[in-house]
Amino acid sequence: MLEHLAGDVNADANLVRRGKHVKTSFLIAIDNADHIVRIEHGRIVSVTPGPFITPNYAFALRASRDAWEKLWSATPIPGYTDIFALVKKKLLRIEGDLHPFMSNLLYFKGVIAAVGHPRKEAA
Amino acid sequence: MSPRFEPAIGRYLHLDLLGKPHRLYVEEAGAGIPLICLHTAGSDGRQYRGLLNDARITRNYRVIVFDMPWHGKSSPPVGWENEEYRLTSRDYVRMILEVSAALELDKPVVMGCSIGGRIVLHLAHEHPEKFRAIIGLESSPKVDPYYDVSWLHRPDVHGGEVSAGIVSGLVAPTAPDDGRWETLWHYMQSGPGVFKGDLHFYMIDGDISGKLDEIDARRCPLYLLTGEYDYSCTTEGTLEVARRTGAQATIMKDLGHFPMSENPEKFIGYLLPVLEEIRSDKQASAA
Repeated sequence: MLEHLAGDVNADANLVRRGKHVKTSFLIAIDNADHIVRIEHGRIVSVTPGPFITPNYAFALRASRDAWEKLWSATPIPGYTDIFALVKKKLLRIEGDLHPFMSNLLYFKGVIAAVGHPRKEAA
Repeated sequence: MSPRFEPAIGRYLHLDLLGKPHRLYVEEAGAGIPLICLHTAGSDGRQYRGLLNDARITRNYRVIVFDMPWHGKSSPPVGWENEEYRLTSRDYVRMILEVSAALELDKPVVMGCSIGGRIVLHLAHEHPEKFRAIIGLESSPKVDPYYDVSWLHRPDVHGGEVSAGIVSGLVAPTAPDDGRWETLWHYMQSGPGVFKGDLHFYMIDGDISGKLDEIDARRCPLYLLTGEYDYSCTTEGTLEVARRTGAQATIMKDLGHFPMSENPEKFIGYLLPVLEEIRSDKQASAA
Protein backbone atom coordinates (compact mmCIF):
# COMPACT_ATOMS: atom_id res chain seq x y z
CA MET A 1 0.00 0.00 0.00
CA LEU A 2 2.97 2.31 0.56
CA GLU A 3 4.89 1.54 -2.63
CA HIS A 4 4.29 4.95 -4.18
CA LEU A 5 4.37 7.02 -0.98
CA ALA A 6 7.88 8.44 -1.28
CA GLY A 7 7.51 9.36 -4.94
CA ASP A 8 4.12 10.99 -4.43
CA VAL A 9 5.15 13.03 -1.38
CA ASN A 10 8.46 14.14 -2.84
CA ALA A 11 6.75 15.23 -6.08
CA ASP A 12 4.40 17.51 -4.14
CA ALA A 13 6.40 20.72 -3.74
CA ASN A 14 3.83 22.34 -1.47
CA LEU A 15 3.74 19.38 0.87
CA VAL A 16 7.54 19.20 1.00
CA ARG A 17 7.65 22.93 1.76
CA ARG A 18 5.12 22.50 4.55
CA GLY A 19 7.35 19.86 6.10
CA LYS A 20 10.68 21.57 5.53
CA HIS A 21 11.53 21.45 9.25
CA VAL A 22 10.60 17.79 9.65
CA LYS A 23 13.43 15.37 10.30
CA THR A 24 12.16 12.20 11.91
CA SER A 25 11.25 8.56 11.45
CA PHE A 26 7.79 7.19 12.13
CA LEU A 27 6.14 3.83 11.87
CA ILE A 28 3.01 2.90 9.96
CA ALA A 29 1.52 -0.44 11.04
CA ILE A 30 -1.01 -2.07 8.74
CA ASP A 31 -2.33 -4.99 10.75
CA ASN A 32 0.96 -6.48 11.96
CA ALA A 33 3.02 -5.26 9.00
CA ASP A 34 5.33 -2.46 10.12
CA HIS A 35 6.90 0.15 7.87
CA ILE A 36 9.34 2.82 8.97
CA VAL A 37 9.16 6.07 7.04
CA ARG A 38 12.23 8.29 7.31
CA ILE A 39 11.82 11.98 6.52
CA GLU A 40 14.39 14.74 6.08
CA HIS A 41 13.43 18.32 5.30
CA GLY A 42 9.95 17.25 4.26
CA ARG A 43 11.16 14.66 1.76
CA ILE A 44 10.70 10.95 2.33
CA VAL A 45 14.16 9.41 2.28
CA SER A 46 13.05 5.81 2.72
CA VAL A 47 10.10 3.56 3.41
CA THR A 48 11.44 0.36 4.96
CA PRO A 49 9.15 -2.63 5.45
CA GLY A 50 9.61 -4.76 8.57
CA PRO A 51 9.80 -6.98 10.45
CA PHE A 52 12.28 -5.14 12.68
CA ILE A 53 14.29 -6.41 15.62
CA THR A 54 15.16 -3.01 17.09
CA PRO A 55 12.98 -0.48 15.28
CA ASN A 56 13.97 3.12 15.89
CA TYR A 57 11.22 5.68 15.35
CA ALA A 58 9.63 8.66 17.08
CA PHE A 59 5.97 7.75 16.84
CA ALA A 60 3.72 5.09 15.35
CA LEU A 61 0.35 5.04 13.63
CA ARG A 62 -1.24 1.63 14.08
CA ALA A 63 -4.49 0.43 12.52
CA SER A 64 -5.98 -2.59 10.85
CA ARG A 65 -5.78 -2.99 7.10
CA ASP A 66 -9.54 -2.57 6.96
CA ALA A 67 -9.37 0.79 8.75
CA TRP A 68 -6.53 2.06 6.54
CA GLU A 69 -8.37 0.94 3.40
CA LYS A 70 -11.44 2.88 4.50
CA LEU A 71 -9.32 5.97 5.19
CA TRP A 72 -7.68 5.65 1.78
CA SER A 73 -10.85 4.75 -0.10
CA ALA A 74 -11.11 6.46 -3.48
CA THR A 75 -14.72 7.28 -2.60
CA PRO A 76 -14.68 9.10 0.75
CA ILE A 77 -16.60 7.21 3.43
CA PRO A 78 -18.31 9.39 6.07
CA GLY A 79 -16.73 8.70 9.44
CA TYR A 80 -13.48 7.42 7.91
CA THR A 81 -12.01 10.47 6.17
CA ASP A 82 -9.34 11.51 8.67
CA ILE A 83 -6.75 10.04 11.05
CA PHE A 84 -8.60 11.54 14.01
CA ALA A 85 -11.88 10.12 12.78
CA LEU A 86 -10.29 6.68 13.16
CA VAL A 87 -8.78 7.65 16.52
CA LYS A 88 -12.22 8.72 17.73
CA LYS A 89 -13.62 5.32 16.69
CA LYS A 90 -10.66 3.67 18.44
CA LEU A 91 -9.60 2.12 15.11
CA LEU A 92 -6.23 3.88 14.98
CA ARG A 93 -3.69 4.39 17.71
CA ILE A 94 -1.07 7.13 17.73
CA GLU A 95 1.72 6.38 20.17
CA GLY A 96 5.25 7.43 21.04
CA ASP A 97 6.79 10.89 20.99
CA LEU A 98 3.95 12.86 19.41
CA HIS A 99 5.79 16.18 19.27
CA PRO A 100 7.06 15.89 15.68
CA PHE A 101 3.61 14.70 14.62
CA MET A 102 1.54 17.35 16.39
CA SER A 103 3.88 20.24 15.59
CA ASN A 104 3.66 19.36 11.88
CA LEU A 105 0.15 17.98 11.83
CA LEU A 106 -1.00 19.38 8.50
CA TYR A 107 2.16 18.01 6.90
CA PHE A 108 1.71 14.51 8.28
CA LYS A 109 -1.96 14.50 7.34
CA GLY A 110 -0.83 15.37 3.83
CA VAL A 111 1.68 12.52 3.84
CA ILE A 112 -0.92 10.00 5.00
CA ALA A 113 -3.49 11.31 2.52
CA ALA A 114 -0.93 10.88 -0.27
CA VAL A 115 -1.28 7.12 0.06
CA GLY A 116 -4.92 7.38 -0.92
CA HIS A 117 -4.46 10.04 -3.58
CA PRO A 118 -1.59 8.90 -5.78
CA ARG A 119 -0.33 11.17 -8.51
CA LYS A 120 -2.32 10.93 -11.72
CA GLU A 121 0.63 9.46 -13.60
CA ALA A 122 1.03 6.84 -10.89
CA ALA A 123 -2.66 5.93 -10.76
CA MET B 1 -11.94 42.61 -11.27
CA SER B 2 -13.81 45.86 -10.55
CA PRO B 3 -13.34 47.06 -6.97
CA ARG B 4 -16.48 46.68 -4.90
CA PHE B 5 -17.66 46.76 -1.32
CA GLU B 6 -19.71 43.95 0.17
CA PRO B 7 -23.09 44.98 1.61
CA ALA B 8 -22.13 43.90 5.15
CA ILE B 9 -21.08 46.51 7.67
CA GLY B 10 -18.81 45.87 10.65
CA ARG B 11 -18.86 47.90 13.84
CA TYR B 12 -17.56 47.67 17.39
CA LEU B 13 -20.22 47.35 20.08
CA HIS B 14 -19.33 48.50 23.57
CA LEU B 15 -21.33 46.71 26.25
CA ASP B 16 -21.08 45.03 29.61
CA LEU B 17 -20.81 41.31 29.13
CA LEU B 18 -20.57 38.80 31.95
CA GLY B 19 -20.07 41.73 34.33
CA LYS B 20 -17.14 43.28 32.49
CA PRO B 21 -16.81 46.02 29.85
CA HIS B 22 -16.27 44.53 26.40
CA ARG B 23 -15.61 45.77 22.89
CA LEU B 24 -17.28 43.34 20.55
CA TYR B 25 -16.93 43.20 16.78
CA VAL B 26 -20.31 42.80 15.06
CA GLU B 27 -21.06 42.43 11.35
CA GLU B 28 -24.50 42.59 9.86
CA ALA B 29 -26.35 42.78 6.57
CA GLY B 30 -29.95 42.77 5.46
CA ALA B 31 -33.25 43.70 7.02
CA GLY B 32 -36.15 41.83 8.53
CA ILE B 33 -36.15 39.00 11.04
CA PRO B 34 -32.97 39.15 13.17
CA LEU B 35 -30.77 36.09 12.63
CA ILE B 36 -27.91 35.79 15.14
CA CYS B 37 -25.10 33.55 13.85
CA LEU B 38 -22.63 31.88 16.23
CA HIS B 39 -19.23 30.76 14.98
CA THR B 40 -17.34 27.58 15.87
CA ALA B 41 -14.69 27.06 18.55
CA GLY B 42 -11.38 28.78 17.86
CA SER B 43 -12.69 30.65 14.82
CA ASP B 44 -14.65 33.86 14.27
CA GLY B 45 -17.56 35.45 12.47
CA ARG B 46 -15.88 35.45 9.08
CA GLN B 47 -17.23 31.94 8.73
CA TYR B 48 -20.61 33.46 7.88
CA ARG B 49 -19.58 35.79 5.08
CA GLY B 50 -21.41 33.63 2.57
CA LEU B 51 -24.69 34.33 4.35
CA LEU B 52 -23.98 38.03 4.83
CA ASN B 53 -23.52 38.33 1.07
CA ASP B 54 -26.49 36.30 -0.09
CA ALA B 55 -29.45 38.47 -1.12
CA ARG B 56 -31.78 35.48 -0.97
CA ILE B 57 -31.21 35.58 2.80
CA THR B 58 -30.68 39.27 3.50
CA ARG B 59 -33.85 40.41 1.73
CA ASN B 60 -35.88 38.90 4.56
CA TYR B 61 -33.38 38.51 7.39
CA ARG B 62 -31.11 40.86 9.29
CA VAL B 63 -28.05 38.62 9.55
CA ILE B 64 -25.99 39.48 12.65
CA VAL B 65 -22.62 37.90 13.31
CA PHE B 66 -20.48 38.76 16.31
CA ASP B 67 -17.01 37.59 17.22
CA MET B 68 -17.12 36.14 20.71
CA PRO B 69 -14.79 37.79 23.24
CA TRP B 70 -11.21 36.51 22.68
CA HIS B 71 -12.09 35.67 19.04
CA GLY B 72 -11.57 37.47 15.74
CA LYS B 73 -11.61 41.24 16.16
CA SER B 74 -13.23 41.13 19.62
CA SER B 75 -10.62 41.63 22.30
CA PRO B 76 -10.47 39.67 25.51
CA PRO B 77 -11.53 41.70 28.57
CA VAL B 78 -9.00 43.89 30.35
CA GLY B 79 -6.90 41.70 32.62
CA TRP B 80 -7.01 38.70 30.31
CA GLU B 81 -3.33 38.10 30.92
CA ASN B 82 -4.13 37.04 34.46
CA GLU B 83 -6.61 34.28 33.67
CA GLU B 84 -6.90 31.11 31.61
CA TYR B 85 -9.72 31.36 29.07
CA ARG B 86 -12.30 28.62 29.55
CA LEU B 87 -15.77 28.83 28.03
CA THR B 88 -18.64 27.51 30.16
CA SER B 89 -22.28 26.82 29.35
CA ARG B 90 -23.44 29.44 31.84
CA ASP B 91 -21.24 32.22 30.41
CA TYR B 92 -22.00 31.27 26.81
CA VAL B 93 -25.77 31.43 27.36
CA ARG B 94 -25.47 34.74 29.19
CA MET B 95 -23.26 36.18 26.47
CA ILE B 96 -25.80 35.45 23.73
CA LEU B 97 -28.70 36.84 25.75
CA GLU B 98 -26.75 39.97 26.69
CA VAL B 99 -25.65 40.65 23.12
CA SER B 100 -29.22 40.15 21.91
CA ALA B 101 -30.49 42.55 24.59
CA ALA B 102 -27.80 45.13 23.79
CA LEU B 103 -28.86 45.07 20.14
CA GLU B 104 -32.52 45.33 21.25
CA LEU B 105 -33.52 42.35 19.14
CA ASP B 106 -37.13 41.21 19.24
CA LYS B 107 -37.29 37.43 19.38
CA PRO B 108 -34.44 36.75 16.99
CA VAL B 109 -33.68 33.48 15.27
CA VAL B 110 -30.42 32.09 16.64
CA MET B 111 -28.20 29.77 14.61
CA GLY B 112 -24.92 28.30 15.81
CA CYS B 113 -22.39 25.79 14.52
CA SER B 114 -20.47 23.17 16.52
CA ILE B 115 -20.05 24.80 19.96
CA GLY B 116 -22.70 27.17 18.61
CA GLY B 117 -24.79 24.17 17.61
CA ARG B 118 -24.48 22.88 21.16
CA ILE B 119 -25.23 26.14 22.94
CA VAL B 120 -28.41 26.63 20.95
CA LEU B 121 -29.62 23.38 22.54
CA HIS B 122 -28.97 24.99 25.93
CA LEU B 123 -30.96 28.03 24.73
CA ALA B 124 -33.78 25.73 23.61
CA HIS B 125 -33.73 24.15 27.06
CA GLU B 126 -33.48 27.28 29.20
CA HIS B 127 -34.87 30.16 27.13
CA PRO B 128 -37.12 28.91 24.30
CA GLU B 129 -39.50 31.85 24.78
CA LYS B 130 -36.79 34.35 23.85
CA PHE B 131 -36.32 33.08 20.29
CA ARG B 132 -38.51 32.89 17.20
CA ALA B 133 -36.69 29.75 16.09
CA ILE B 134 -33.43 27.95 16.79
CA ILE B 135 -31.14 26.40 14.19
CA GLY B 136 -28.37 24.03 15.23
CA LEU B 137 -25.59 23.32 12.75
CA GLU B 138 -23.49 20.28 13.60
CA SER B 139 -25.38 19.84 16.87
CA SER B 140 -24.67 16.92 19.14
CA PRO B 141 -25.51 16.42 22.81
CA LYS B 142 -21.90 15.77 23.78
CA VAL B 143 -18.49 14.93 22.34
CA ASP B 144 -16.07 12.97 24.48
CA PRO B 145 -12.41 14.06 24.18
CA TYR B 146 -10.65 12.03 21.50
CA TYR B 147 -7.25 13.71 21.63
CA ASP B 148 -5.14 15.49 24.21
CA VAL B 149 -6.20 19.15 23.91
CA SER B 150 -3.06 20.33 25.75
CA TRP B 151 -1.31 20.10 22.35
CA LEU B 152 -3.34 23.14 21.30
CA HIS B 153 -1.58 25.52 23.68
CA ARG B 154 2.07 25.00 24.47
CA PRO B 155 5.08 27.08 23.52
CA ASP B 156 6.84 24.45 21.42
CA VAL B 157 3.91 23.86 19.05
CA HIS B 158 2.42 26.58 16.85
CA GLY B 159 -1.12 26.94 18.17
CA GLY B 160 -2.64 28.14 14.91
CA GLU B 161 -1.03 25.44 12.80
CA VAL B 162 -1.94 22.60 15.14
CA SER B 163 -5.51 23.88 15.52
CA ALA B 164 -5.92 23.94 11.75
CA GLY B 165 -4.36 20.49 11.59
CA ILE B 166 -6.79 19.15 14.17
CA VAL B 167 -9.87 20.42 12.35
CA SER B 168 -8.69 19.92 8.76
CA GLY B 169 -10.25 16.48 8.51
CA LEU B 170 -13.60 17.83 9.65
CA VAL B 171 -13.99 19.70 6.37
CA ALA B 172 -15.79 17.49 3.87
CA PRO B 173 -13.38 15.84 1.43
CA THR B 174 -15.68 17.09 -1.31
CA ALA B 175 -15.39 20.76 -0.26
CA PRO B 176 -13.87 23.19 -2.76
CA ASP B 177 -10.24 24.09 -2.02
CA ASP B 178 -10.93 27.79 -1.49
CA GLY B 179 -13.59 27.12 1.16
CA ARG B 180 -11.45 24.48 2.84
CA TRP B 181 -8.35 26.64 3.17
CA GLU B 182 -10.22 29.79 4.15
CA THR B 183 -11.85 27.80 6.94
CA LEU B 184 -8.44 26.58 8.09
CA TRP B 185 -6.94 30.09 7.87
CA HIS B 186 -9.43 31.27 10.48
CA TYR B 187 -8.15 28.56 12.81
CA MET B 188 -4.55 29.49 12.12
CA GLN B 189 -5.32 33.04 13.32
CA SER B 190 -6.90 32.08 16.61
CA GLY B 191 -5.34 33.55 19.77
CA PRO B 192 -3.19 31.33 22.00
CA GLY B 193 -5.28 28.93 24.04
CA VAL B 194 -8.61 30.17 22.68
CA PHE B 195 -9.54 27.01 20.77
CA LYS B 196 -8.55 24.94 23.80
CA GLY B 197 -10.62 27.20 26.05
CA ASP B 198 -13.67 26.77 23.81
CA LEU B 199 -13.23 23.00 23.85
CA HIS B 200 -13.69 23.07 27.62
CA PHE B 201 -17.32 23.83 26.84
CA TYR B 202 -17.47 21.47 23.84
CA MET B 203 -15.97 18.39 25.46
CA ILE B 204 -16.57 18.83 29.19
CA ASP B 205 -18.88 21.55 30.51
CA GLY B 206 -21.46 21.68 27.72
CA ASP B 207 -22.75 18.09 27.83
CA ILE B 208 -26.52 18.39 27.48
CA SER B 209 -27.36 14.74 26.94
CA GLY B 210 -29.08 14.47 30.33
CA LYS B 211 -31.46 17.35 29.57
CA LEU B 212 -32.43 16.61 25.97
CA ASP B 213 -35.78 15.12 26.94
CA GLU B 214 -36.68 18.41 28.63
CA ILE B 215 -36.35 20.31 25.34
CA ASP B 216 -39.63 20.64 23.49
CA ALA B 217 -39.43 21.86 19.91
CA ARG B 218 -43.10 22.86 20.17
CA ARG B 219 -42.10 25.67 22.55
CA CYS B 220 -39.64 27.04 20.00
CA PRO B 221 -39.15 25.55 16.53
CA LEU B 222 -35.83 23.70 16.45
CA TYR B 223 -34.05 22.82 13.21
CA LEU B 224 -30.88 20.74 12.94
CA LEU B 225 -28.59 20.64 9.91
CA THR B 226 -25.53 18.38 10.00
CA GLY B 227 -22.96 17.55 7.34
CA GLU B 228 -22.60 13.88 6.48
CA TYR B 229 -18.79 14.06 6.81
CA ASP B 230 -18.76 15.52 10.33
CA TYR B 231 -17.15 12.90 12.56
CA SER B 232 -16.97 15.21 15.58
CA CYS B 233 -20.64 16.16 15.86
CA THR B 234 -21.88 13.00 14.24
CA THR B 235 -25.04 12.54 12.25
CA GLU B 236 -26.03 9.93 14.85
CA GLY B 237 -25.71 12.55 17.58
CA THR B 238 -27.86 14.98 15.63
CA LEU B 239 -30.54 12.37 14.97
CA GLU B 240 -30.57 11.52 18.68
CA VAL B 241 -31.21 15.19 19.49
CA ALA B 242 -34.02 15.26 16.94
CA ARG B 243 -35.59 12.07 18.29
CA ARG B 244 -35.58 13.30 21.87
CA THR B 245 -36.65 16.92 21.25
CA GLY B 246 -38.98 16.81 18.24
CA ALA B 247 -36.57 18.90 16.18
CA GLN B 248 -36.49 18.69 12.39
CA ALA B 249 -33.15 17.19 11.33
CA THR B 250 -31.54 17.18 7.91
CA ILE B 251 -28.30 15.41 7.05
CA MET B 252 -26.51 17.51 4.46
CA LYS B 253 -24.73 15.71 1.62
CA ASP B 254 -21.17 16.69 0.69
CA LEU B 255 -20.74 18.89 3.76
CA GLY B 256 -18.65 18.56 6.90
CA HIS B 257 -18.29 20.36 10.22
CA PHE B 258 -18.09 23.91 8.79
CA PRO B 259 -20.89 24.03 6.23
CA MET B 260 -21.25 27.83 6.10
CA SER B 261 -17.57 28.45 5.33
CA GLU B 262 -16.30 25.28 3.67
CA ASN B 263 -19.02 25.32 1.00
CA PRO B 264 -21.39 28.27 1.46
CA GLU B 265 -23.37 27.75 -1.73
CA LYS B 266 -24.10 24.12 -0.96
CA PHE B 267 -25.03 24.97 2.64
CA ILE B 268 -27.31 27.86 1.75
CA GLY B 269 -29.25 25.47 -0.46
CA TYR B 270 -30.14 23.56 2.72
CA LEU B 271 -30.67 26.67 4.85
CA LEU B 272 -33.05 28.60 2.59
CA PRO B 273 -36.04 26.24 3.01
CA VAL B 274 -35.59 26.40 6.80
CA LEU B 275 -35.51 30.20 6.78
CA GLU B 276 -38.52 30.27 4.49
CA GLU B 277 -40.44 27.96 6.83
CA ILE B 278 -39.57 30.15 9.83
CA ARG B 279 -40.69 33.24 7.93
CA SER B 280 -43.93 31.56 6.85
CA ASP B 281 -44.70 30.63 10.44
CA LYS B 282 -44.22 34.26 11.42
CA GLN B 283 -46.56 35.39 8.70
CA ALA B 284 -49.11 32.75 9.71
CA SER B 285 -48.99 33.74 13.39
CA ALA B 286 -49.28 37.45 12.50
CA ALA B 287 -52.34 36.86 10.31
